[in-house]
Amino acid sequence: MVPRANIDVERLLAHYRTMCRIRAFEEAAEAAHKAGQVTGAVHLSIGQEAVASGVCVHLAREDLITTTHRGHGHTIAKGASPAAMMAELFGRATGTCHGKGGSLHIADFSVGMLGANGVVAAGLTIAVGAAHALKLKGERRAVVCFFGDGATNRGPFLESLNWAKLFELPVLFVCEDNGFAAMTRTRAVSAGPGPEARAESLGIAARAVDGNDVAAVDESAAELLARVRAGQGPQFLLARTYRLKGHTASDAALYRAAAELEARKADDPIKRCGEILTLNGVAESRLASLAAEARGEIAAAVEAARAAPWPAAELAWADVQDVGAGRWR
Amino acid sequence: MALMSYLEAGKTALAAEMRADRAVWALGEDLGRGGVFGQYKGLVEEFGPERIVDTPISEATIMGAAVGAALMGTRPVVEMRFADFALCAVDELVNQAAKARYMFGGQGRVPLVVRQPIGMWRSSAAQHSQSLEGWYAHIPGLVVVCPGTPADNYGLLRSAIRCDDPVVYMEHKDMWGVTGEVDEAAPPTPLGKARLVRAGSELTLVAWSGALRAVEAALELLAGRPSLEVIDLRTIYPWDEEMVLHSVRRTGRLLIVHEAVETGGFGAEIAAVAAEELFGVLKAPIRRLAAPRIPVPYSPPLEAVCKVSPAKIVETVRAMVG
Repeated sequence: MVPRANIDVERLLAHYRTMCRIRAFEEAAEAAHKAGQVTGAVHLSIGQEAVASGVCVHLAREDLITTTHRGHGHTIAKGASPAAMMAELFGRATGTCHGKGGSLHIADFSVGMLGANGVVAAGLTIAVGAAHALKLKGERRAVVCFFGDGATNRGPFLESLNWAKLFELPVLFVCEDNGFAAMTRTRAVSAGPGPEARAESLGIAARAVDGNDVAAVDESAAELLARVRAGQGPQFLLARTYRLKGHTASDAALYRAAAELEARKADDPIKRCGEILTLNGVAESRLASLAAEARGEIAAAVEAARAAPWPAAELAWADVQDVGAGRWR
Repeated sequence: MALMSYLEAGKTALAAEMRADRAVWALGEDLGRGGVFGQYKGLVEEFGPERIVDTPISEATIMGAAVGAALMGTRPVVEMRFADFALCAVDELVNQAAKARYMFGGQGRVPLVVRQPIGMWRSSAAQHSQSLEGWYAHIPGLVVVCPGTPADNYGLLRSAIRCDDPVVYMEHKDMWGVTGEVDEAAPPTPLGKARLVRAGSELTLVAWSGALRAVEAALELLAGRPSLEVIDLRTIYPWDEEMVLHSVRRTGRLLIVHEAVETGGFGAEIAAVAAEELFGVLKAPIRRLAAPRIPVPYSPPLEAVCKVSPAKIVETVRAMVG
């Protein structure tokens, strides 16, 4: 790897920090899951942090995102509090959703994060609907819709892209291609040349990028989001990355060779970002302290989550519906 | 007061709410052409294509987009054409619309209405005839409404649009042409309140939607004997337990008539609650009259097998009262 010309060291350091925070969150969530403290399933985005950081760096608080079951990284990068998120995983009253959603349904509307989703491709229709509402209201905000490669084989993927293009909605579709559709290689269950070709077939400009190169993601997202904001309709980014963990924290991913995993670890986006930074004169110790700071923040989040109160049982009845609420026979 | 059809009443209600609130808009297939039954005719001329939105045949995205748009503070009215086609959007309705507010700890609301025309009509056969109100009543988070008169289609649709919960709004296809008096100045019909069709003392008959027409025909055949109290449930969830149980407490007899399949139909819920609450006052076993558990067939004599006939209601009422 060679030092790049025009590298923005401060910007890359900010990415490094964001990615370290996501990584620390995911590692802590995995540990807490293994320890039985996080009771529900967690889907880790370890290895995919550059996509979240490279895209969300361009978003203001009032911009919107939808994400997936593997959405912790996007949520942190969008500005949600890791402490509230961790409390949500722990099922505590102080969680983003007061413990009612868990990892699969983390949401933080206060930072424009409209929800993770337990159903593959379900976030796409919601994202286009949010964008449709922005258009109706004449608001100039952007929507980013994160989804995985597995989602591209579901009907709502086609429907949503068609809809977004038909109504020229302000959406950036980000296909985070980690190679796996749950526990099956996506290419083994997909026809045709790939997601970007599917987008282009509907007249949506698509671009593929090395999703483990945070600077490349940043650059591509900048260009595509500028078009979205300029009213040029939906854009599509295919970010090729790799899931370093299993489908869930309980999945050892024995369906892939150990050698493959080892080879892909060399491509770890945080490691790659760190290498570029050191080649450009950033001291290793500075990177180490950023990583340590992130781990410290997340360790405090875990401690706070563990100490936080459980939600009162009555909360199970709250927010079901207004008409016909609270009936029990 | 104005005489209008069930169809016109729905259209008038939507237009009134769209005039009153800029956040209300409608989306679905063929709406610019007036909708498949004409229930949107003229609306695009008044409100424009931005608020009366013609969509592709993409039920999942029509419904899912409405969820996203509702979370953003608009009030979408979703047209699904036939309740049967809404099954292409069940994830978006059941997993997303019904649960978003709850799962996210109350951060967002989903104030949408999804219109799903139901019922047997002109040999529509198995994929255009179903009445699935009982399915949606089973889902926490949803309100389920089945208007049975023009006045209620006007008043309940207005309430549904103003409701902050997702509302499954099921108009009956065979009732579009039914006419009745509608008071446009009346306050919206409250959700969750049944309508007392007629007072009586010997048997409580609960029905809704298309089944009301068979009940009316049966009432004529019965000519006042025995004395029936007839209740149009009109909101399926939350159903008006108070009115129904109060009535059965007096009459001691309960017959439920609906067009949906009997097995697991909403009549079963009403019967179970009445049995739990009023076992001691019942003078006869609770009865249900509904469709057999077969798909709705095409040919008129076969379709008739699925329908509760006025004669069957008369026979059952007489057997119960003795």
